[in-house]
Amino acid sequence: MYCFHCGEKCILEDYEFEDKNFCCLGCKTVYQILKDNNLGNYYHYNEFPGTSQNKPELRFHYLEEASIIRSLLDFQNDSYSLISFYIPQIHCSSCLWLLEKLNQINPNILYSRVDFLKKQVNIRFDHNSLSLRDLVELLAKIGYEPKIQLQDSLRKEDRGKDPLILKIAVAGFCFGNIMLLSFPEYFGLKSTEKAFHNFFGYLNLLLCLPIVFYSGWDYFRSSWNQVKTKSLQIDFPLALGILVLFLRSFIEIIWDKGSGFSDTLSGLVFFLLIGKFVQQKTYHHISFERDYRSFFPISVALFDGIKYKPIPLSALKIGDRILIRNQEIIPADSILIQGEAQIDFGFVTGETSLQEKKSGELIYAGGKQTGGAIELEVVKSVSQSYLTQLWNQDLFKKESHDLFRTFSAKISQYFTWVLLGIACLVFLFWAFQDISLAISAFTAVLIVACPCALALSTPFTMSSALRILDRNGFYLKNTQSVEQLAEVNTLVFDKTGTLTSEIHKSIQIEPDLSSEEKNWVSSLCANSIHPLSRRIWNHYGQHKPEKIVAYKEIEGLGVKAQIQGHSIKLGSSSFIELSDKTPSYLSQVHLEIDGYYRGFYGFKNEYREGLQALNSLKKDYPIYLLSGDRDHELPFLSSIFKPDREMYFDQSPMDKLAFIGNLQEESKQVLMIGDGLNDSGALKKADFGISVTDNIDNFTPGSDAILEGNSFKKLSQFLLFSKDCVHIIHYCFGLSLIYNIIGLSMAITGKLSPLMAAILMPLSTLTIISFTSLGTTYAGFKRKLL
Amino acid sequence: MNILFLLVALSFFMALLFLLGFFWAHKTGQHKDLYTPSLRILLEDEPLEND
Repeated sequence: MYCFHCGEKCILEDYEFEDKNFCCLGCKTVYQILKDNNLGNYYHYNEFPGTSQNKPELRFHYLEEASIIRSLLDFQNDSYSLISFYIPQIHCSSCLWLLEKLNQINPNILYSRVDFLKKQVNIRFDHNSLSLRDLVELLAKIGYEPKIQLQDSLRKEDRGKDPLILKIAVAGFCFGNIMLLSFPEYFGLKSTEKAFHNFFGYLNLLLCLPIVFYSGWDYFRSSWNQVKTKSLQIDFPLALGILVLFLRSFIEIIWDKGSGFSDTLSGLVFFLLIGKFVQQKTYHHISFERDYRSFFPISVALFDGIKYKPIPLSALKIGDRILIRNQEIIPADSILIQGEAQIDFGFVTGETSLQEKKSGELIYAGGKQTGGAIELEVVKSVSQSYLTQLWNQDLFKKESHDLFRTFSAKISQYFTWVLLGIACLVFLFWAFQDISLAISAFTAVLIVACPCALALSTPFTMSSALRILDRNGFYLKNTQSVEQLAEVNTLVFDKTGTLTSEIHKSIQIEPDLSSEEKNWVSSLCANSIHPLSRRIWNHYGQHKPEKIVAYKEIEGLGVKAQIQGHSIKLGSSSFIELSDKTPSYLSQVHLEIDGYYRGFYGFKNEYREGLQALNSLKKDYPIYLLSGDRDHELPFLSSIFKPDREMYFDQSPMDKLAFIGNLQEESKQVLMIGDGLNDSGALKKADFGISVTDNIDNFTPGSDAILEGNSFKKLSQFLLFSKDCVHIIHYCFGLSLIYNIIGLSMAITGKLSPLMAAILMPLSTLTIISFTSLGTTYAGFKRKLL
Repeated sequence: MNILFLLVALSFFMALLFLLGFFWAHKTGQHKDLYTPSLRILLEDEPLEND
């Protein structure tokens, strides 16, 4: 029996409506709302279009605070507001259909438009009759809860228009027309058709103006900067080529000395811009720049002497009294004033275990409260707290990775000087015989050696490499990252969340129960949505559900109920009121039946698939393990890491950062693979940081790449593949050199015809493009990534 | 053959119109989302048969 809304298995038969079964009250409510609003077609487009609503209740009280509303809205005037939400649940055409019909549910939503790939919905609503909070609650009620983060308000600025597309359009327009107008010249014009020759020549020259002064202008600007900073990059010879092509075409056409090189010029700029375009790979809604702000709440409830009111996090000051509810994250180091604090520091340490705190104790920021609400007094500002001060390090202020030099950057340094040298030699050689021939040969060298193929090889190789990698659940920040990854020679792993998976927990220890008792526990767990209850329920398999009375779930603590006259309690040690706690590294759930303690369930995070594959990596890379935990798992891990030299336990975020720093001082190129906020310092410090995540929508710290948890086993393939890609670039360089030598041999004699240049340039470009795409595809097959 | 002068000029201006059309489309944001319209067109305006 499956839920009509979300397709999950229905455990209980309690939620029935109009002959349809639902897995939970949430799903049933969504169905009812949609039916009431004549939106039942939602269920016609797809089977099980919804997502499970079986989750804790959410609070949006902070959306009433004017300053928060202002930071979220895109636009507001007297009668309406515009806002865009990121909704991770968008996944099928039913979602699209429903979200664009919000107006039928509430007429104050004037307009809603979905961007499917970005999982975004843009909404225009009448804020005089519908508050932002009501709007968000409406979305949450129909199963599309927007993900609202603090960094959203920061990200809006870079939504500018993209002039590169327009530059390509102009270049393409000019290129096409110039080619058309050049054809008569290629086939030869009779002397009687001189008028056409001039007409086409002038038109070509006219079309070159936007090419040089609009589309290609960036090359001049950046090479001027390079001249000023005295570091010549690939843009310099390119700009030189463009300039010489233009000047020579101009002179030849105006003084009627030939037909010019307009076709080569326009083709060159057009292909270069295409190369730039493929280099810009953007992943929607995967952010590589996240820091603590995207993971902390957007607001916090401040006690102003009379009542609690939400304030934005940035307005929080030392000495403020704040209220933290169940499942909320503590935003700043604080002292507990009152309430029962059960703090989960999973995000900070990577270890999910609850810590109890007494009033008066200091609680570090980043912990998540589970249980009832607690009252705290802030003792450090948000940015100066123990965890967040990592970001105050110099490391996070400057882009250290900008120092990385790609292969083409290294080569082009020499390339420019060699090119200029050859051109000058050729000029000097001819200058004593024929000055006009000397000038012609000099310019021909600069034209033909223009490193178009070299400039294109990196972007085309890397963009197809990125495409292959992201198909395998490995998302790189930009095209340059592939080369950085290939340079790495030392690997450092975090343990919890990186080598182990947060979602797959296995039961290590369980109480000794009769099958009847097992059935009771299973029935009790069926009612709870807590992940550990779910795990126990799965563990026992599907039993005949028993009738449950007096069911009670206390959030963050446990569940209890009466089954067949027996009272059963399942939960944390404080819930059972256990006096002596057996210390254990396992997450524990204790069981009590009829007042007798029956033992506990011990959960352990399972290791990811492919852990043993790390042994094969050891041949080529030294590997290290840094764990925030204590060393319970040392015996198991010592099959991979040598206990004293390669494994380090009890590592604080600062320790990890320092460890990476030490390796780098031994001039190692370090790859750090981590997951949580506690690794973010090390990820940033390392030459290449990969953050592993089980859910791409979840928080990942700032890094160079994001790896999906189930692709962890392919890590060694990714490393080899990145090296293959660098080799492909090397081969491309060789190929483009061959073209250059062919071209140069014609150019130095001063006999370079425009037709030859017009053939050679696109031919070399096409060779490079097809070679790179074939090469990367082959490498992908070889490494079993395709 | 002199008609070519006119024809080339005409073709040039027609191509220019297309370029301007592209600029207009880009400016009005028609290239921002290239995927969703392909789904939207498959959705019916009229209610589907109720079961």
